[in-house]
Amino acid sequence: MKRLINQRPGRVLGAVLALLPFALVVLAYMAASAARLADNPGDKLLPSLMSMAEALVRLATEPSRRTGEILLWADTAASLARLLTGVAISMALALIVGTATGLIPYLRRSLSPFLAALAMIPPLSILPILFITFGVGELSKVVLIIFGILPFMMRDLQQRVEEIPGEQFVKAQTLGGSTWQILLRVAIPQTLPRLFDATRLALGAAWLFLIAAEAIAAEQGLGYRIFLVRRYLDMQTILPYVAWITLLAFSLDWLLRRVNHWLFPWYVTGRAK
Amino acid sequence: MSIIEAKNLWKEYGRDVVLEDVHLRVAAGDFVTVVGASGCGKSTFLRMLLGEETPTRGTLLLDGAAMPEEPGPDRGVVFQKYSVFPHLTALGNVLLAEELEQANITARLLGRPRREAMARAQAMLERVGLADAADKYPSQLSGGMQQRLAIAQALMKNPRILLLDEPFGALDPGIRKDMHALILELWERLDITIFMVTHDLKEGFDLGTRLLVFDKTRVDPHAPNAYGATITYDIPLQQGLRSDDRLPAAVRAGLSSTPDEESA
Repeated sequence: MKRLINQRPGRVLGAVLALLPFALVVLAYMAASAARLADNPGDKLLPSLMSMAEALVRLATEPSRRTGEILLWADTAASLARLLTGVAISMALALIVGTATGLIPYLRRSLSPFLAALAMIPPLSILPILFITFGVGELSKVVLIIFGILPFMMRDLQQRVEEIPGEQFVKAQTLGGSTWQILLRVAIPQTLPRLFDATRLALGAAWLFLIAAEAIAAEQGLGYRIFLVRRYLDMQTILPYVAWITLLAFSLDWLLRRVNHWLFPWYVTGRAK
Repeated sequence: MSIIEAKNLWKEYGRDVVLEDVHLRVAAGDFVTVVGASGCGKSTFLRMLLGEETPTRGTLLLDGAAMPEEPGPDRGVVFQKYSVFPHLTALGNVLLAEELEQANITARLLGRPRREAMARAQAMLERVGLADAADKYPSQLSGGMQQRLAIAQALMKNPRILLLDEPFGALDPGIRKDMHALILELWERLDITIFMVTHDLKEGFDLGTRLLVFDKTRVDPHAPNAYGATITYDIPLQQGLRSDDRLPAAVRAGLSSTPDEESA
């Protein structure tokens, strides 16, 4: 008998093992739901899978009576627009500021402590300030996402630039490179794959801030919807929405991971060594 | 006139003395090899030639003028590792020198200038035996090929001085022999001055026209960093007369940190 640390599941068994926890959760839910519904057919807390599927189909196909929009898609579009705007702006700023502070000692000296202090402010605590300053529209939600993830991403990229071996910067200088050229051709290209890694890590926080902002003030959006229907104990809507948000988050993460494979083959092979 | 001149050169970090009273004149076209025990300041000296470090006292001249305080294109360099850019292919690594020179703002070439630069870069790759590896990333190249690439990249700027910091230290003995042949051939053909730090005494004797030994002349056992190293031996080497008999056995023993490599 080999030691447990040396035993590996085969392909089929591996797939079964991966699906097992999901199946167990679904089965447990079904059992609990069936038990409650048997007691009280009008129970709202644990709706059956069938009724959730029906609700989901209704949300995804039928226009709302109040606004005429199909709720699931309208909410998804509104939320994704906010999330992606915030994340894209954060990525651009993080790349510019992170590489510049990583490369230029004067900037690092001046900005690093400030950014470190900024990162310590709990983002949700400034949400009221954002609502007061930017109003309760789209801008304040996007700014909250940026405020929540940008400091971490900037520091991550700055560290990545500092990790580039000093030999490379010396070499670039012996090839005649100026500070700007070295930023453009040595620091930024080697930091880009790390930017996508950092974005993957930041996405979880970005979703958190998005849903928090939508819960407090919005007219549309995935977070707005689940907090709205909470008043009616509408678990039939909430649970499918949560599953949908999870699926969206998972897809974005997968997409960003693939981007690194597609765009930066040297990064993946280099890291495997 | 000498291309490099050091007069009464000192390097100190706080109270730790690394180099003391170094005097040196190097003529253009020399192949200077530098040996010494670990921590004897030979790499520090190389970094001063590179412009990465500045002397604490004394003068260091390049072509009779003060050594610039930062690296520049007149002094090419090859380190033991990290000399090439992992995010560029072999061709891209060599091409970069041309792109940095010709495109100040974008640092990229397009169209005809790019094609011409690529032809020159490809020719340089051929010269070091990497013609077939042009599209490979450094992580796909062996250690020896990476160092060939680093040499090709450094030579693209036609530097007057090539600084080598233990460039072959991490390579297998067989590969190292090939690299010795390559560097000697390039040195003879390009008429450049080479300054090479090595921990391999035989390599120093085999390659150089002049061998420098860095060592401490005074040692205080209670304060190991109180005194710095200086050039203790300066041996002109002539073709056919290269042998290490001229160093006392005690010095040889102190230098060969890895004796088995000498027989390789």
